Amino acid sequence: MMDACADPSALSGLGWLLCYLSTGKHLLFYASFGTVLLLLAVTAPVALGFGFMGALAARARLWPVRVIGRAYTAMVRGVPDIIFFLFVPIALDQGFEYVRHRVKCPDWTEPVRQGSDFVVCQAAKLPLSTSPQIWHEVYGFALAVLAFAVVFGAFAANVLAGAMQAVPRAQLETAEAYGMTPRQVTRRILIPQMWIFALPGLSNLWMILIKATPLLFLLGVEDVVYWARELGSAKTQAYSYPHPDWRLWYFLALLLFYLGMTKISEAVLGRLTARLARGQATMAGEAMRKAAA
Amino acid sequence: MSCTQTILDYGLRSIGIGERLLPKSDFTLCQQFTLIGSGLIWNVYFGVLALAAGFFFANALALAKASHLAWLRRPADWFIFLFRGSPLFIQFFLAYEMLVLLPRTGIDIFGLTVATSWLTKAWAGALIVLFLNTAAYSAEIFHGALMAVPKGDIEAADAYGLTGWQKFRRILWPTMLRLAWPSYTNEAIFLFHATTLVFFSGFPALRQQGDALYYAKYFADKTFNPFIPYPIVAGYFIALTLVLIVIFGWVNRRLNRHLPGSMRPRLRVRPQIIR
Amino acid sequence: MKTLILTTAALALSAGFALADTVRMGTEGAYPPYNFINDKGEVDGYERELGDELCKRAGLTCEWVTNDWDSIIPNLVSGNYDTIIAGMSITEERDQVIDFTQNYIPPADSAYAALTADADLKGVIAAQTGTIQADYVAESGATLAEFATLDDTLAAVKSGEADAVFADLDALAASVNESGGALVWAGEPVSLGGGVGMGLRESDKELRAKFDAVITEMKADGTINTLITKWFGPEAKTY
Repeated sequence: MMDACADPSALSGLGWLLCYLSTGKHLLFYASFGTVLLLLAVTAPVALGFGFMGALAARARLWPVRVIGRAYTAMVRGVPDIIFFLFVPIALDQGFEYVRHRVKCPDWTEPVRQGSDFVVCQAAKLPLSTSPQIWHEVYGFALAVLAFAVVFGAFAANVLAGAMQAVPRAQLETAEAYGMTPRQVTRRILIPQMWIFALPGLSNLWMILIKATPLLFLLGVEDVVYWARELGSAKTQAYSYPHPDWRLWYFLALLLFYLGMTKISEAVLGRLTARLARGQATMAGEAMRKAAA
Repeated sequence: MSCTQTILDYGLRSIGIGERLLPKSDFTLCQQFTLIGSGLIWNVYFGVLALAAGFFFANALALAKASHLAWLRRPADWFIFLFRGSPLFIQFFLAYEMLVLLPRTGIDIFGLTVATSWLTKAWAGALIVLFLNTAAYSAEIFHGALMAVPKGDIEAADAYGLTGWQKFRRILWPTMLRLAWPSYTNEAIFLFHATTLVFFSGFPALRQQGDALYYAKYFADKTFNPFIPYPIVAGYFIALTLVLIVIFGWVNRRLNRHLPGSMRPRLRVRPQIIR
Repeated sequence: MKTLILTTAALALSAGFALADTVRMGTEGAYPPYNFINDKGEVDGYERELGDELCKRAGLTCEWVTNDWDSIIPNLVSGNYDTIIAGMSITEERDQVIDFTQNYIPPADSAYAALTADADLKGVIAAQTGTIQADYVAESGATLAEFATLDDTLAAVKSGEADAVFADLDALAASVNESGGALVWAGEPVSLGGGVGMGLRESDKELRAKFDAVITEMKADGTINTLITKWFGPEAKTY
């Protein structure tokens, strides 16, 4: 295969296309679909964690905690996510480096901000400028995950807070009547019982998360959109495989990828809903009980 | 230059009124606030028109989706899946690329030449995409609400001898709207947020006239400092969201005005059906 | 206690590496022949070859990183890489924020390309956002249409969306020459900017001096001219 592709200008038709689709660049493009899936896989639990803390904070008895929880969710709701993505990663990056700078280089005398430069000592750089490129990419990816998690955590907090409200009072009162402490009620009854109420909202959130991933390229991660643009754009003779502007086809492929993701997610989430609804005091649970009886 | 002068010069810059050239150096906070605010005109333009037109189309789509006739239901299902299942970012890009492919000289229809060049401009092309997009999302919300109309309401309508259009107009539709309204409020908020994507993918800004994010990016590019312009846009959008919530809350009260005060549902976030 | 040991270990490691002096070179990767991603997925082009040679002569280990054009300067000043070597023209505005080495390409011409030679240069002109060419078009009184990449601007001209594209002459040359007459030069070339130089943080005086010295050396022995002719063709301006 590789030998056949040694001289692309001599190829034509299907052979050319096969060689074209298996260039190193295309392999990177295919790998970037993995990046997107990885982002989804990592971000979803992290965002859920953020959401959990947000929801618990919004229910806290201590009022400053409550205010912080509510402000967090309300603010993210009011601002387009794209704007968050444009400056949250840079802010996070500089914040981390500043903290490390204070810890690692206490006897540094020069100011951190010199004009528009942001200068921290070498040891505080994240990652160290000497570390291999892969760590820079991992770090960039981690910042992206964090930025996504902050935004989607706020929505998740909304969903979970609503779900906690929806757990029937009677169940919680029964638990109290058995002598459980508030903490025990939360851990043993409230959290296990709220999932069925949270699921519709969380499925919806998952769908939104999938559709937000094309914005990943804004955060400097080389994702599917980056490669689709790069590969699709017109190529002159400076490249081994010259071709006209093919971005339309690449983006159509992305469209199909996202539609497929949606279809699969819908099927999986549908099954999950059915599973969680079993034995619940909801309409779906009741319908299941009747069908079985 | 005083701030009032800046506002006079740049307040309507985004729609082509005022100074022709954007500020090039010595950027003041006043300039940033004015220009970004001026860009907000575009966000409001896209949001309001897409929402208004999308509302009617969404109603039709929701009814088609609920129809027993397969030839009505299937296309509606597909349309909603296509627009809800793919990222708006990619929709914008594809729409622009496809609109560009239309012949520049116009299309001949029965001897009449229909101009097509205006379709590739953001004010029309992006508006169409946003309109179709919000119609699909709202249709899903309305369809869900239509399915949730209480059986008792329908039985009562039947008992009063209401049929067909009358039953729909006076019973089904108002109830559906009442049920859908909290989710629809969310959809409206998210649509306004989505308008920031217009000049970000696909559609080019002409004569440096763009939306709030376009100017924020301009300043971030020129001052190399993202920490001032982006929070300004964020602030404007929080204000816009609050205005939307007030307006939609007012409509919500009107929709439920027949209920006794204590039973009126307050407008709450319904996170099940945000975009 | 465990963490303390770990951090010391990390410090020791970093100190060891620091001797190697890795310089991270930031580029765009979408501006042939200056810099582009070749079919293997690596950075290639005039600047790749020049940069590698500069690093070799200066005794530095260099590593290539790509970054979007839009955020290439903010990411330099916040330290994600150490140099910008991305066909960036030296201008007054940029010089206020970052420092430039002396130019490694003489002040180049920018030119209009269009479908016909008599295209309306006061009509709709496409240019890449954030370039000196975009600023020039905005001031020239023509209707500026801004696109994210050079490819977008070319596509806009081919589709008739814009009357002409205004960009760096060398970057446009390949597309015009290979278009088979579909794209032609329009109007006269305009000289803009102070040549292309390497961008560095203002606080990095030492690194800048190093690069400046090797560029002078390469200009003197003619290696830069050979490179320019190799990548930009025999008509390109040399030193």
